[in-house]
Amino acid sequence: METKVDITNEKIDLLYAEMEKHKQKSGPLMPTLHSAQRIFGCIPIEIQKIISKELDISVARINGVVTFYGHFSVVPKGKNIISVCLGTACYVKGSGGILDTVSHELKISVGETTDDGLFTLEGTRCIGACGLAPVFMINGEVYGNASVQMVKDIIAKYKT
Amino acid sequence: MLDRMHILICGGPDCKDKSIPIRDAFKANIKKHHLENEVSAVITGCFGLCALGPHILIYPGEILYSGVSEENIQEIFEEHVMKNNPVERLLYRGKFDRMKLKNRSELTFFAQQERIVLRNCGTINPLDINEYIGRDGYMALAKVLTEMTPEEVISEVKKSGLRGRGGGGFPTGLKWEFAKKSISDEKYVVCNADEGDPGAFMDRAVLEGDPHTVLEAMAICGYAIGSHTGYIYIRAEYPVAVERLEIAIGQAKKLGLLGKNIFESGFDFDIEIRLGAGAFVCGEETALMASIEGERGMPRKKPPFPAVKGLFGKPTNVNNVETFANIPPIFLKGADWFKSIGTEKSSGTKVFALGGKIANTGLLEVPMGTTLREVIFDIGGGIPNNKKFKAVQTGGPSGGCITEEMLDTPIDFDNLIALGSMMGSGGMIVMDEDTCMVDVARFYLEFTVDESCGKCTPCREGTKRMLDILNRICQGRGNLDDLNILERLARIIKNSSLCGLGQTAPNPVLSTLKYFKDEYIAHVTDKVCPAGVCSKLTKYVILDNCIGCTKCAKNCPVGAITGNVKEKHKINSKLCTKCGVCKSICPVEAISTKPEKWRAIYAKAN
Amino acid sequence: MTLNELNALRKKARDHIYMVGLKRAARIQIGYGTCGIAAGAKPVYNAFIKKIEEYNIPNVTVVKVGCMGECAFEPIVEIVESDGTKTIYCSVNERMSSEIFEEHVLKGQRLDKYLLSKTKR
Repeated sequence: METKVDITNEKIDLLYAEMEKHKQKSGPLMPTLHSAQRIFGCIPIEIQKIISKELDISVARINGVVTFYGHFSVVPKGKNIISVCLGTACYVKGSGGILDTVSHELKISVGETTDDGLFTLEGTRCIGACGLAPVFMINGEVYGNASVQMVKDIIAKYKT
Repeated sequence: MLDRMHILICGGPDCKDKSIPIRDAFKANIKKHHLENEVSAVITGCFGLCALGPHILIYPGEILYSGVSEENIQEIFEEHVMKNNPVERLLYRGKFDRMKLKNRSELTFFAQQERIVLRNCGTINPLDINEYIGRDGYMALAKVLTEMTPEEVISEVKKSGLRGRGGGGFPTGLKWEFAKKSISDEKYVVCNADEGDPGAFMDRAVLEGDPHTVLEAMAICGYAIGSHTGYIYIRAEYPVAVERLEIAIGQAKKLGLLGKNIFESGFDFDIEIRLGAGAFVCGEETALMASIEGERGMPRKKPPFPAVKGLFGKPTNVNNVETFANIPPIFLKGADWFKSIGTEKSSGTKVFALGGKIANTGLLEVPMGTTLREVIFDIGGGIPNNKKFKAVQTGGPSGGCITEEMLDTPIDFDNLIALGSMMGSGGMIVMDEDTCMVDVARFYLEFTVDESCGKCTPCREGTKRMLDILNRICQGRGNLDDLNILERLARIIKNSSLCGLGQTAPNPVLSTLKYFKDEYIAHVTDKVCPAGVCSKLTKYVILDNCIGCTKCAKNCPVGAITGNVKEKHKINSKLCTKCGVCKSICPVEAISTKPEKWRAIYAKAN
Repeated sequence: MTLNELNALRKKARDHIYMVGLKRAARIQIGYGTCGIAAGAKPVYNAFIKKIEEYNIPNVTVVKVGCMGECAFEPIVEIVESDGTKTIYCSVNERMSSEIFEEHVLKGQRLDKYLLSKTKR
């Protein structure tokens, strides 16, 4: 199933307002893309075209930049984003098992979104909470010293 | 019979004369109270800290007394030994004086550290500029702007011997000098806060705990090289640090510590934050600059070096967070003071992020030249659960593994490179007998394959082929010839890649191949994984120490475990899906995935 | 800002941090980095704030500080008293923070059982 991107006029106005600010800086593209990702949750081609016009950069170049960085995405993500840390400290302490559990529970693999649009599973780079390894995040909130049972419980909580 | 209490008396050269009467006094008391079978008093080796000797260490509790004399023994014996009531007055007081230190493991954790970079972390409120100022914040900038010329600033940094803490170890003063010598209408100072090495988080700790120190250092650098604009390129994965930096910049501008005409010196300096977007390669300085400019973060050819042609084509000086955090103390206390810490070629301290299979995970800052053994066993508290130490990985995906035999090497930039690893940004991941070295090498390659920007072929294609081979080996489909191919590929990628990412990507494979070839061979010829990690090559078995608690049988999702209460259980390997649930819940560690031959080897080593 | 102004500000801030001239004052420092927050520093911080409001005592402040480096023992709370005594409590939760406040901060009784040095291996 494809989750629809919510492009409203309000949001587009917000993007224009942010772009106005960023245009004052040298190298305005990255800050603009960060704003767009934050406002729309992704940067689809429609939005890239708007940015292209405003900043006078070709869509091809913008698309190249958007697809280069892991933080930007062209398709919308699920309502809840589960990111399992795959940094070394977490890996050594068994985050691979945590990732498998989530993947098994939600029946999706890394980078995919569930059919109901509720969850997206991501493997993330080290988030620097190595003292609490293994670690995973749901919507930016960090859960440390994770166990298989713990992830199962938390996913169940978010499902309801 | 075991003694109830052990009294250890320091017998180092400085304490020796006093320790014999102390021991005799204890012995006399022990005899008097007929405790010969319960309490022992012995003279041991030097405890270090000789200035405060003699020391007495009492177990259990690891309670440490220092500066004791014969007269104190009666009191210590009556109170501590008889009533278990330590004599507070005589306990060791560390120079750190964070608290009355009476437990030795705590003592070593703090006392062996020398905090320069982390001097304010955990002490001041990072959201309040006044707290930073109260701890001499911005005094270094004031001194530089009102008393020194840019040339003097650079020569002071050169004299301190500070080397880049981001990984390469290039002398910072020299870097500043190159940028200063480039003539241009505009120059830039860039702080590299794109801390991408998995397992390293010291930059995050500095930015979250003491953001102003980075701002102050960047302004000093700006003055030295003749720049008026600074950029901090920080990972988007560190939202807390970004927020605190924004607040810090706002407060500094409000007080006039950033902005126009700072300290009425006529010097202007402003700082802007730029967010990374999840690309590891952007930690490489030329890729980082491409990213700020709004390009794909791909490295550029050097030369021209950033000091000549960097950000937006202007001369640019890039330093990492930890390097900058060393700058203000150098100007407050002097280059000679800084040079007196650490080793001759690597002065100062280094912050390490200790993680993996270690008791005290965390951040620690030690003088350069401290040995790996001191860091891992004294400060880090060693390996938990009585497991055997196998290796420590330094330098992240660019570094290598260091084995037990080399643990006594003093840590500095050059020594680690000689061992086939590198300082990197300071992540240190400890691995024990349950870590498979082939799997670790595979893990790092997976990382570099994922993060390779794709610009140059050796890195883009070569690392992928190496990963294919490693995957094959981990699944039991490898052969001996694969090891030779791996090694050859690794050399080619190292020699022909464009940037640091590719040039160092094969290091984890090369160093594990060098030091753990027996594990590779076990994978390819015996088709077993010695550590019991690679699931295709492992078999779950229940050992004789099973107590028959039935926990595993109850929790097995496929019902593969059978057995009666209080009897050894059995796993039906035809049903077993190797999910690992039983192993993680067994209360006595009776479930093993290690092959029998290797189990014996590890048992012997323990 | 001039150098003199910075010096004046520094003296004032210094007096504040080290609680100069205050009797029986305390500064409760809570490790509030990413690790600390993930381990539960937020409820601990709120609990201390609530206690201070409840007892309405002057000269006791709660401060969010950065990472102390002992990530495995977060949340960490350090109590710095005006006489210079420093005490580090580790793995603190809401219940413990009330107890630490009432025993240590109010009555001056150190709670040895929660000390970092006692918990650590």
